[in-house]
Amino acid sequence: MASLRLLLAKPWIWSFIGVLLVWLATIAFTGGYGGGGMITAALSLAVFTVIVGVGQMFVITLGPGNVDLSLPANIGLASAVAMKVMDGNDAMIAVGLLAAVACGMAIGAANYLLIWALRIPPIIATLSASFIIQSIDISYGRGLQIKPPPGFANFTNWQILGIPVLAILTVLFTIGAAIALQRMIYGRSVLAIGQNIRAAWLAGVNVGRVRFLTYTLSGALGGLDGALLAGYFRGANVDIGNEYLLASIAVVVIGGTSVAGGKANVPGVWGAALFLVLLLTMLNTFGVSAGVRLLLTGLIIVGVITAAGGQKALR
Amino acid sequence: MTAAPIETGLKGSSERDRLARARLLRGLLPALSLVLVLLAIAWLNPRAISYFGFSLMLNLAIPIALATIAQMFVIAGNELDLSIGTFVGFVGCVTATWLKDAPLVGVLILLGSIGVYALLGALIYLRNLPSIVVTLGMSFVWQGLAILILPKPGGKAPDWLLSLMAFKPPLIPFPIIAALLIAAVVHFGLMRTSYGVILRGSGGNAAALERAGWSLLKTKVVLFALAGLFGVLSGMALIGITTSADANIGNGYTLLAIAGVILGGGEFVGGRVSPIGAVIGALTLALAASPLLTFMHIPPDWQVAANGAILIIVLAARMLISRRER
Repeated sequence: MASLRLLLAKPWIWSFIGVLLVWLATIAFTGGYGGGGMITAALSLAVFTVIVGVGQMFVITLGPGNVDLSLPANIGLASAVAMKVMDGNDAMIAVGLLAAVACGMAIGAANYLLIWALRIPPIIATLSASFIIQSIDISYGRGLQIKPPPGFANFTNWQILGIPVLAILTVLFTIGAAIALQRMIYGRSVLAIGQNIRAAWLAGVNVGRVRFLTYTLSGALGGLDGALLAGYFRGANVDIGNEYLLASIAVVVIGGTSVAGGKANVPGVWGAALFLVLLLTMLNTFGVSAGVRLLLTGLIIVGVITAAGGQKALR
Repeated sequence: MTAAPIETGLKGSSERDRLARARLLRGLLPALSLVLVLLAIAWLNPRAISYFGFSLMLNLAIPIALATIAQMFVIAGNELDLSIGTFVGFVGCVTATWLKDAPLVGVLILLGSIGVYALLGALIYLRNLPSIVVTLGMSFVWQGLAILILPKPGGKAPDWLLSLMAFKPPLIPFPIIAALLIAAVVHFGLMRTSYGVILRGSGGNAAALERAGWSLLKTKVVLFALAGLFGVLSGMALIGITTSADANIGNGYTLLAIAGVILGGGEFVGGRVSPIGAVIGALTLALAASPLLTFMHIPPDWQVAANGAILIIVLAARMLISRRER
């Protein structure tokens, strides 16, 4: 009983309870049909939200006002870069992935350069940057019709016993991220800056370097995500990252990370990502129209945050 | 463009003088950027600087300015509204359908949506919720409702709205009069009345206001209701210009409105906002967004980038001035 209470006190448990409820509701609707396939599909799609969600989580943890709005544009450009570099050739997969990650890192570094040099709020800095990246992508990726190399497309869709391999790798990655956050100097510095940037600075944390690393990390993860998305959906696209602006912020907050900064939660990102994907699957299964689907998605996000919310946020 | 007056100011005058000049310059920066954009347009295409040219170029500036004012009210209370764009789209859809076919129902829906905004303010305050996430969720709600009302682009604006937006006053183009009117009304309400000070104070020092006996719940509700009101006005003005609606018509306004507030000298925290600045910021963005870039022969691919670049340049100029202020 005590361990159950301890479990319920964890902020991320609610998103997993939500996942379970949505899954059960859908299974009940279909009469038990397709329950396993639904989890497989949810895992494969949630991966993309989790990867950018973790990057966004580190950024948001830096404190009030820190958010990366350039992720969608970043994902779009990186997907085009990855496809161009790979050029449908299996031998170039690693190079293409590296190029996409490097492109994302450059975007993240540019974001921080704007924040640091102009001392403007990260929201505006990453917003202005995303306008510019979007234009570069439109002009660079115009009419791009390169398919991913067969090996890469197969890899992103590869499943073992109904479990997507990409999901297994992402679980390992998130475990790494959790260790980095809680047990490594970098992660502890991010948390310290989010709790009190001045105190962290006085305690000798290299605030500038940690923030630079965090924005670069977020950019790199956006780039990686772009390449993987292009592989999974078999082609790059300017709009491929559009839904990840809202999704990346939503999974971070629903997952129990504080918007005021200084408190992060890695398992919650997984729970919230699965929850959002399953929610869409459920509404699609119920056969509701696009308008009702959007309406219910919005109401459920507001409902979940109202039920789970309550910590003091500065913004 | 801004360095010269400061340099002369530095030489012979006292410290206080220097600070006052820097502050003045900082206040004038939004207007300076607008003048700069206008000069660029005049230089590139002198014929655009005419009654007809302004009416045409600034047409879409009215809804943008109204949406920017809506966002400004939310930012004044240290919150952020990521749903204003889809809300404007929703209002547009209501305006082009219900408000024309059944005016009473239309008015009730629009009043109800302002009520929803007020409730959101109460919810955010009472449950201590991050406004970014709540309004993010609401952006889905408004978009969903808009699609339900108007699944396909269409509808038609009410005639009285069409004739209002097509109004051609003598000498001064309508968009300029509208902008002046919006700026004056909101400036008076927020900057010159005593409750306006309380509203801004809720963003500046909420704890102090609460100890002085003011209800923070009320300030938050009022700020969000005002945002809803100006969102409604923005959506109606937009449909008065475009004559028909589309569920996605306002989507770009969310980011445009935030940029307009910041461009106009507003800050994200501390209740430091400026209604006149916000309107000027919106006009600058509206002008810079397409007329200027078209005259500069910038290909459509790069117009979005040019918007980003303009934002960065103005903010860089502001940073240079602020540094001297210290």
